[in-house]
Amino acid sequence: MTKSNNYVVEVEDMTVAYNVKPVLWDIDLKVPKGVLMAIVGPNGAGKSTMLKAMLDLIKPISGSVLFNGQSYYKQRKRIGFVPQRGSVDWDFPTTVLDVVLMGRYGHVGWIKRTTAKDKSYAMDALKKVSMEDFAKRQISQLSGGQQQRVFIARALVQDADIYFMDEPFQGVDAKTERAVIEILKELRTLGKTVLVVHHDLQTVKEYFDYVTLLNTQLIASGPVEEVFTEENLRKAYRSTGKILKG
Amino acid sequence: MTAQIEILIIGVIVAVACTIPGVFLVLRKMAMMTDAITHTILLGIIGVFLLVHDLNSPLLIVGAALVGLLTVYLVELVTKTKLVSEDSAIGIVFPLLFSIAIILISRYAGKVHIDTDSVLLGEIAFAPFNRMKIFGVDIGAKAMYSMGVILIINLALVIIFFKELKLSVFDSKLAAVLGFSPILIEYGLMASVSVTVVGAFEAVGSILVIAFMIGPPITAYMLTDNLKLMIGLSAGIGAINAILGFFIANAYDVSIAGSMALMTGISFIIVFIFAPRRGLFTVIRRRKNQKIDFAKKSMLFHIMNHENTDRENIENAVDNIYKHLNWSEEFINRIIKNLIQEKRIVVLDNIYKLTDEGREYTIRSYEEIVESFSEESQKMAR
Amino acid sequence: MNLIELFINDYTLRIVALGSALLGMVSGVVGSFAVLKKQGLLGDAVSHAALPGIAIMFILLQTKSTEMFMLGALIAGLLATGLIVAIEKNTHIKTDSAMALVLSVFFGFGLVLLTYIQKIPNANQAGLDKFIFGQASTLLRKDIYTIMIIGAVLLFVIVLFWKEFKLVTFDSDYADSLGISSKKVSLLISSMIVISIIIGLQTVGVILMSAMLVAPGVAARQWTDKLSVMVVLAGIFGAISGVVGTVISSSIQKMPTGPSIVIIISLIVIGSIIFSPNRGLLLRAIRERNYRKNINEDNVLINLYELAMNHKDPFHSHQIGAIKPIKTAGGKNTKYLENVLLKLQEKGFVKRDYFDEWAMTQEGIVYVEKHPMRKEMQYDSTN
Repeated sequence: MTKSNNYVVEVEDMTVAYNVKPVLWDIDLKVPKGVLMAIVGPNGAGKSTMLKAMLDLIKPISGSVLFNGQSYYKQRKRIGFVPQRGSVDWDFPTTVLDVVLMGRYGHVGWIKRTTAKDKSYAMDALKKVSMEDFAKRQISQLSGGQQQRVFIARALVQDADIYFMDEPFQGVDAKTERAVIEILKELRTLGKTVLVVHHDLQTVKEYFDYVTLLNTQLIASGPVEEVFTEENLRKAYRSTGKILKG
Repeated sequence: MTAQIEILIIGVIVAVACTIPGVFLVLRKMAMMTDAITHTILLGIIGVFLLVHDLNSPLLIVGAALVGLLTVYLVELVTKTKLVSEDSAIGIVFPLLFSIAIILISRYAGKVHIDTDSVLLGEIAFAPFNRMKIFGVDIGAKAMYSMGVILIINLALVIIFFKELKLSVFDSKLAAVLGFSPILIEYGLMASVSVTVVGAFEAVGSILVIAFMIGPPITAYMLTDNLKLMIGLSAGIGAINAILGFFIANAYDVSIAGSMALMTGISFIIVFIFAPRRGLFTVIRRRKNQKIDFAKKSMLFHIMNHENTDRENIENAVDNIYKHLNWSEEFINRIIKNLIQEKRIVVLDNIYKLTDEGREYTIRSYEEIVESFSEESQKMAR
Repeated sequence: MNLIELFINDYTLRIVALGSALLGMVSGVVGSFAVLKKQGLLGDAVSHAALPGIAIMFILLQTKSTEMFMLGALIAGLLATGLIVAIEKNTHIKTDSAMALVLSVFFGFGLVLLTYIQKIPNANQAGLDKFIFGQASTLLRKDIYTIMIIGAVLLFVIVLFWKEFKLVTFDSDYADSLGISSKKVSLLISSMIVISIIIGLQTVGVILMSAMLVAPGVAARQWTDKLSVMVVLAGIFGAISGVVGTVISSSIQKMPTGPSIVIIISLIVIGSIIFSPNRGLLLRAIRERNYRKNINEDNVLINLYELAMNHKDPFHSHQIGAIKPIKTAGGKNTKYLENVLLKLQEKGFVKRDYFDEWAMTQEGIVYVEKHPMRKEMQYDSTN
């Protein structure tokens, strides 16, 4: 199956620096439609930063991002985002269903209320992540894996074409990880594009079909079989030993 | 309407008007920022006054609101340099603005009656003296109406923008991505807070506005996990604090505003200790129960491990078991009594043995613990 | 000239200035630890919480005694701090809310007590004024002695336990692992903060106290990374603001003392944040601007380098259109590109030829090959 030649995300010349330290340097990245892509690299390599710069949460020194050939603001409604779990206060007084409903706010717009239809979308999403029994549960009572599923459900109701996820498997039990990857693969089957900042090199080959290796600079990006090699990994992680087991 | 009743009504209105935005301030961790604003609005008041020379001008409210926003802006500006932490930034910005205000008052407004004490402390006892007259008809204390309007506006804003507030407080990154500017929402919230503070300072003084904005919301936070309920409860608790404070002040002939603030503290302490799920008593009791529960399970595991082994009559002996488990004799006896009562163990030939139910329970407990432990370790492994 | 004469002749001015300087120094030094532990606002909370302590002392003793008032304030301050910590540790309520609640409730209680004492349902009277706004101008010689003694004790404790304070402030878990009880040391530090607040209240009053605690330390931090230097500098800044503020207040009409002192220390902080060499904003902005320019220039140079390396002759010149244009926030811009190339030419890294095309020079090639970003670069990436 050949990937179509239109790119859903095009990053050009992106450079981001904090004070005088470069975090991302001259990144050029083209993401084809319908891939499930891992973004990997050592800690502090700029993975989360790249995500945030693409979503206009940080301003780069230079560079631009296009989504389906257009600016971020024009395509905003088609972009879904799953932030890191730690970026949120889980003591907030709200239920699981409520958090998932928040994903619909982009479609609902300012001031207007969510409708029963939004609620049923939310329940469907919860069923998909096997959390429908937790709908009325207070979020502070959830385990790490359950929290992550709620975030995934929230992303699903955003009904986007392009999904950005920041370390969704961090601190999550094996069962949840497998369930989530199944969902991501399903999204790909539906023609959606998913970019995931991922921390576990051992699972890249199994979970993803595309990978981007990042260490402040772009080391390589493309199909996993072509790009995910010892040589590239060594360049990315600047080590001399073997990185992949077996 | 007597002056007394008017004071009571004003107190309740102020309390409720404050608790409504207060809930979001608490959730947003902006309590001390709000404290800062209650001091800096003095600068807005004196600044506008020096321009218009009219203490009753509505521009005073505008000026105060602007300085409130300025305070937030300056603190964030200083924090963004990454050279100063947010709490330090607050501790530097508001004294500076307040000092400027005091200097302006001393030098340029000394002759006019801007009583700084009343700005800061207020005194609700004098509120009825300021009347609201429409076409020459006295319809009541001015504070009732001005705070009443503020209350209605705050309530309206929270109802209209409920989901936006909820989203931007809970997950500001997602809010930004979905197209709701969290900065706009934050400044909107702080503008309404500033206006509320200005309105209330006349009645209760700006220092005590904080008690109303923070006290009832955190009291409610101890009682519920539902945001809407939290807002409703805060309003209710705020009103009760105002009413009780009023009666105490009357009984002892002391500061009314101070009594109301004191009541917010007292009602919080009561809830802090006695709240059903999160109160101190409940938490301590739960910890104790967990300890006993775990001890019981440990003992059952111990008995099961040494069941049918050679050392059984040493390890599980009635006389010795406390030595092997290393607990006090008293504690062990209690646990044993419980377990016998629960029909989980029996004494046979001077050693403890599991009953059938006891064995079933022990195996089940073991499996539960292993499962929860593996999830915990997965969490910690990353 | 006049100022110096004023100083020499005016006894009261000397006393007040000395007192303010001492208080500024002590709160600055002790406050440095508060700043590092991110407990800056504790100053605000404790200041407000002190009021009922003072009032209760008065009710018990029926007489005005500065020492006993300070003791009452100290007890109230410690109680308030303990309550804040208890709330933090046992509930899901966050620190800032706990502080704001304790602060306002204690202060309200203080008001209740004061009006009880005065038997007037109105707290407007001179005593409270002094508490809120400070009373530097009424400092007496014996007050100075008290301040000096307490200040000396505090400083002595800091010197004595310097290692422990330093370690616990920086990494309390590690301190525990070394057998140093971080809880006890933190308690000691908090108590010292409370004490210095109580004596500092006399100069600037409740509302401004947090500035005297926090600002000197923040200012000092901008000039050094060493704790010892920071603490000493904070003391100096605090003392300077005390003296200068007092002098200004007495030489200008109707200038209240407390606010004057706070204005001075605020100016010192602002100046430090902007002008300090390592962390300061001004130099940082300049450095960043140069860096940004360099990045853009380097990017273009590296692009040209790639073109050059892919060609048989590395010194062959290329059209400007072939050199990948920079996409800055404003978008493609050939004119901008040309300006950058001209700058690079000035540096000797590129050369423009007769046909208006650009080529690498030897120096340019050397520069690129030594560039830190060059090491791992791929110029045949999957694009």
